Amino acid sequence: MSSAAAKKPRPKYLSLTALLFEIRLPASAWVSGMHRISGALLFFPFVAWLLYLLDTSLASEQGFQHVKVDYLGSPLAKLGLIVFVWAYLHHFFAGIRFLLLDLNKGIDLVPARRSSYAVFAVSLALTAFIGWRLWS
Amino acid sequence: MVVKRVVVGAHYGLASWLAQRVTAVVMALYSVILLVVFLRGAPLSYGVWKDLFAQGWMRVGTLLFAVSLAWHAWVGVRDILMDYARPDSLRFALQVITILVIAAYLGWTVQILWR
Repeated sequence: MSSAAAKKPRPKYLSLTALLFEIRLPASAWVSGMHRISGALLFFPFVAWLLYLLDTSLASEQGFQHVKVDYLGSPLAKLGLIVFVWAYLHHFFAGIRFLLLDLNKGIDLVPARRSSYAVFAVSLALTAFIGWRLWS
Repeated sequence: MVVKRVVVGAHYGLASWLAQRVTAVVMALYSVILLVVFLRGAPLSYGVWKDLFAQGWMRVGTLLFAVSLAWHAWVGVRDILMDYARPDSLRFALQVITILVIAAYLGWTVQILWR
């Protein structure tokens, strides 16, 4: 066994704290990680929640009013909606970025970094705008 | 440069990868169309909402969205489970649960659209 291999144990398993605090991940890694987290959240619980809202709001006039006034008027539901909106928008724009990368568009370091920042900027700005409209 | 490599495994990786992208485009188009319908349409009341989902194109379009979502989510969740879920027994259990949840979502969607 060589001495280098003896000094550094391999493979090195990265902990969550190492990823968050010790290693500075590039912006594209954050886009990718958030794409995963937002996708998981959209699958559960948000699809179930939206199906419940669609079901209730289409079932009857009372159901529609309940969803519109009582249910979506509550601060907790609004908070949930804002998280959903962020997850949807981030997943949407990061997904478009991945589709373009698949087509070899913007794969150099600088454009790839720029498009990563753009995904965060656009999805967060739109989330803030929609959140503001929901609350006012 | 042509790279010759031996492909191992069950050989459905490329099909899944492609399906995830095609379904993504279907869902993106549906989202944009729905957004335009909302922004151009009358203020949302129960009548407007019910009439929208009474139309054939809306029902079929929403079903297409739901099927795309089901396929897309299966590929995506499976990717996540393959990366993190250990041991194999736990991953298998979570995959079965995922399939059941997707089937339930689809059944519920059909029930809502054609009641």
